Amino acid sequence: MIRRIRYESMRLVEGPLLLKLQSFLIKRQKKKPEKYPELGPPLKTEERLRKMISLHYLTGRYADGAVPVAWATSGAPVEILRPLNYHVVYPENHAALCGARHMAGPLLELAESRGYSPDLCGYARCDLGTAFGGRTPAGRLPRPDLLVACTNICQTVFFWYRELARHFQVPLVLIDTPFLYGEPLPHQISYIEAQLRTLADVASDVARRPYDLESLIRATLLGMEGSLLWRQCLETNKAKPAPWSAFDQFVHMAVIVALRGTEECNSYYRELLDELKDRVKRGIGGIANERHRLLWDNLPVWFKLRSLSGRLASKGFHLMASTYTNAWGETADLLNETDPWRGMAKAYSHIYLNRDLPNKLRVMSQLVKLYECDGVILHSDRSCKPYSLGQISLSEKVAQACGARTMLLEADHIDTRAWVEGAVDTRLQAFMESFK
Amino acid sequence: MKVASAGIDAGSTVWKAVAINSEGEILAQVLEPTETRIDEQTQKGLDALKKKIPFNEGTPVGATGYGRKLISSAQKNLTEISCHARGCFHRVKSQGLLIDIGGQDTKAIRIGQDGSVLDFAMNEKCAAGTGRFLEVILKRLGVSFDQVDLYASRARRAASISSTCTVFAESEVISLISEGAPLEEIVLGIHTSLAKRISALAMRLATWEKIYLSGGVAKNPVLVRALAEVTGKKIEVLRDPQLIGALGAALSVL
Repeated sequence: MIRRIRYESMRLVEGPLLLKLQSFLIKRQKKKPEKYPELGPPLKTEERLRKMISLHYLTGRYADGAVPVAWATSGAPVEILRPLNYHVVYPENHAALCGARHMAGPLLELAESRGYSPDLCGYARCDLGTAFGGRTPAGRLPRPDLLVACTNICQTVFFWYRELARHFQVPLVLIDTPFLYGEPLPHQISYIEAQLRTLADVASDVARRPYDLESLIRATLLGMEGSLLWRQCLETNKAKPAPWSAFDQFVHMAVIVALRGTEECNSYYRELLDELKDRVKRGIGGIANERHRLLWDNLPVWFKLRSLSGRLASKGFHLMASTYTNAWGETADLLNETDPWRGMAKAYSHIYLNRDLPNKLRVMSQLVKLYECDGVILHSDRSCKPYSLGQISLSEKVAQACGARTMLLEADHIDTRAWVEGAVDTRLQAFMESFK
Repeated sequence: MKVASAGIDAGSTVWKAVAINSEGEILAQVLEPTETRIDEQTQKGLDALKKKIPFNEGTPVGATGYGRKLISSAQKNLTEISCHARGCFHRVKSQGLLIDIGGQDTKAIRIGQDGSVLDFAMNEKCAAGTGRFLEVILKRLGVSFDQVDLYASRARRAASISSTCTVFAESEVISLISEGAPLEEIVLGIHTSLAKRISALAMRLATWEKIYLSGGVAKNPVLVRALAEVTGKKIEVLRDPQLIGALGAALSVL
């Protein structure tokens, strides 16, 4: 009970107060904000984003023992956990945070020192390093009571979460989503649906609470609305200049990943959408001088967000769309509050990474056309094999289908050791030089 | 002849500079091993070039190569991809596929009808498929660059070297030596291995019957023959292949 009071107090009172104090202290330092003339003005909602994500991790420190805690993959059906009042931790989101803060290196090394291969996904290594007690910018992550892995993003999650289950000695629920070649067959949807119901049963047992279907429907509706709002935010970039960059999107997507299915999430995206619409109205772009528009494929290089955006923007290249951020708004229409189980089964099997190459080509071509992109940068991500597989063919086919220039950029979303400055610089510069 | 511009290619192995006239003909050239302080080397190198053919301070200078951004005297810096494409198009006046095999990386560049870069591919971030691969293995074998053709022409067959990684290939070569494989066959084998690696990189862009070759390694006749055999294409080595990047850099500021 005391732990619960502490957790709720941190969530509702102390946490917001601490963050206010932090903002006040930052302002008092009178440190001039860094100026990047090649970029557009920063989004005003960034401050709210910072507070929301900080509060999420801050309250997380007090979550274990207070509320049930689940660690889940980014593609897991979080709506099922919401009615049971789980505090959900997304290790991928946390690893991205570590990458962006340049704090992933020691965590990766810690996992490697325990025998995990450097060829394993950087997110997995970062997460395992955190579980083994490595230093994290979040302070600490709450110990999980339940692990939920969904194979719609990759097969690695199964092995990764099995290791977590062994480490924490807690139950793991695996949602196995058959890879889709074309559209799913009815029995595949039924197969996923059955697993989702099992997840609800196990989660209910772990939380020691009966399952509340009404709350599931509410969370589903909120999840649908959140995804639609996110999609609307992305689609404001049909305007020229595009009001925000894909680099901004990579940061602002933290909310749809970590707080999906909550009113907090939706209220945030309503505010962001208003701001983006206002920027469109006033002709404010994500970069100062948009001459070319680019699409990004794959996860971002978290530790090079600022440097890459600046390098591209200084030559008038606006990276303003990505298949990665698009994936979070793609399947909203498939969720269904009248049949939440089947709706979720459909939505979570239709995830971009769970679908075949023709679908990837279709989505990329659609995005190139929708946002009138002149070029595509395909990040061949050493860590993320399923996303990187087939990129050479995709690159050629998108170039043929849409007339866009394409380039492959070899890097890693989190492991700085896979970044070779000279080679990246030459490729990027040569790519930009090839535009007339 | 009046110097219209100068081009510098500060490569990973060799520093090159050319002075050209308004027609794009090379009037003078300087080639030196790359030093650690690129800007200082550039000052000395440009003085050496001026000794060969005088030109005034106002002559425009273009730069390329890995050290391009360190050359403060250049009015423009472009990547090797753009410069090799420019230099090649100036020479052959036609579209086609160019392979530039340098010390640190290999690039396959598709050049369009107007000389623009349509597409390009580069080796991954390791020495596989580059001049460094040959340099390391030949050093291990104790064979100088001048002797390569002689050794390879004596080989009855190419030794099989399956690894494309320079470090592992070196180990493989040591094993072959210890097993008593003839040196000639090993020399031919490493060239075939390199040609296969380059072919894997370039063939998806090779829609024409001919492949142009530039970069220092293009002066190696054994590699040229191995590439022709592996790709089944006609290989044309550009005149002064090592200077094509510097030529392109000079042309970019004409």
